[in-house]
Amino acid sequence: MIFSDEPTAGENLTILPGHVSPGRLERVLRAGAFAVTTELAPPDSADPLEVYRRAEMFDGAVDAINATDGSGANCHMSSFAVCALLSRKGYSSVLQISCRDRNRIAIQGDLLGAAAMGVANVLCLTGDGIQAGDHPEAKPVFDLGAMTLIKTVKTMRDENRFLSGRSLDTPPQLFIGAAANPFAPPLDFRAERMASKIEAGAQFFQTQYCFDIPVFKEFMQRAGDLGLLDKAYVLAGVGPMASARSASWIRDNVPGIHIPDVIIDRLLGAGKKQKAEGRKICVEMMQQLKEIEGVAGVHVMAYRQEESVKQIVKDSGVLGDRVPWHPGQDVTT
Amino acid sequence: MYAVRKWSVSRARFLVAAYNKLEGVLTALDALWLKIGYDRVEKPITFIERHVKGFLFDCKMCGQCSLRDTGMSCPMNCPKELRNGPCGGVRSDGRCEVKPEMRCVWVEAYRGHQLIGEESSILSVQFPVDYRLKGRSSWLREVRKKRDKEFYAQTEPE
Repeated sequence: MIFSDEPTAGENLTILPGHVSPGRLERVLRAGAFAVTTELAPPDSADPLEVYRRAEMFDGAVDAINATDGSGANCHMSSFAVCALLSRKGYSSVLQISCRDRNRIAIQGDLLGAAAMGVANVLCLTGDGIQAGDHPEAKPVFDLGAMTLIKTVKTMRDENRFLSGRSLDTPPQLFIGAAANPFAPPLDFRAERMASKIEAGAQFFQTQYCFDIPVFKEFMQRAGDLGLLDKAYVLAGVGPMASARSASWIRDNVPGIHIPDVIIDRLLGAGKKQKAEGRKICVEMMQQLKEIEGVAGVHVMAYRQEESVKQIVKDSGVLGDRVPWHPGQDVTT
Repeated sequence: MYAVRKWSVSRARFLVAAYNKLEGVLTALDALWLKIGYDRVEKPITFIERHVKGFLFDCKMCGQCSLRDTGMSCPMNCPKELRNGPCGGVRSDGRCEVKPEMRCVWVEAYRGHQLIGEESSILSVQFPVDYRLKGRSSWLREVRKKRDKEFYAQTEPE
């Protein structure tokens, strides 16, 4: 999908009527296209070329790139900086904000700064506990939580003020995202929790890895019954597992990830070709998820397999003929 | 204590009724509090509140109690101090991501909420914590809020 006013790298698109942000992700979703987003693991490096090199791998396969914010409570280049770098090239980025490391003063400052740097999307997260990462001795902040963070962004954008009440000269025009985990207890409360996040201001959701289609279907059914799918876009999380061993490790050590035994058994059964099988499972999940009523797109999380994303998206066929914009693409109208 | 905390959630309905009674009594005594001075009764009431709620709920005295809306499971016991529902890290057996030795306070909250029924609004979006109120009495604040809206206008969002 190419819009008539595709970006000059580093400059914002115009905000279309009825839209809240100048971003391409919101445009694609509101146009009703099946969206694909992915996740860029920020480097342990101060080299901007490292960020560009990682982003290039996704060219033509994704509509927006999430930059994780100290995921798993491990320290990397900041999400804010990665997004700012991506904006320079014209990429559409999703700024992930975790509440673990910064208080409401820092976060609100970052929101203004990010919007000024051309970031149009923000994903509001509580954040993994510090016990999960490489600095377990750190002080956890959690001044805000996902819900209050969503409300904070909405307050700044729509009420043109800080939480303190002090008014803004120009509000941050951000498309507000949140996470949903349909697979964590209490299961029958998860759709309601999504409803609360929508009420607080969330407009799109990126879910945790979906390997359990029946549970996900039930979640979407409930969300539909509550009328949530007219109010927010749900991008289902997917990703290739490198092997049965790594899938088991992730299940046991990364908070909030649910991988059914059948998936692990299937990987094991693939013998030496586990990596290929993992990608095949991912492709199948994407195809099945696209068929589920109300799924607006997929969010591909391919940690340490970023180079495979392009092929996975292609094999899945979820984009149809559509080639998402990327730097250097010839713009035709 | 963890065992007492779990017991309190199981008795959520009874405890809400008990709290409503208490609030009635404290409100009825408004004239008395006014005579002594709200600031002066703050200390002894906070003392009682800290011990009663500390015993029943492992209360952290955040000063802005939301127990009624959280199924009588104190959200400040969440290692992330989440006041608006569980995070995505809850383990499949309902235990906490950060402290696996305890059940997620929000899994507990949902259990309590179902026991309480209509009077609990677990889905209402709570404001960020006002850390200025930490260590102060929530009970007195509720009573005082009723009579003295202006006083609390400063610390009450919207």
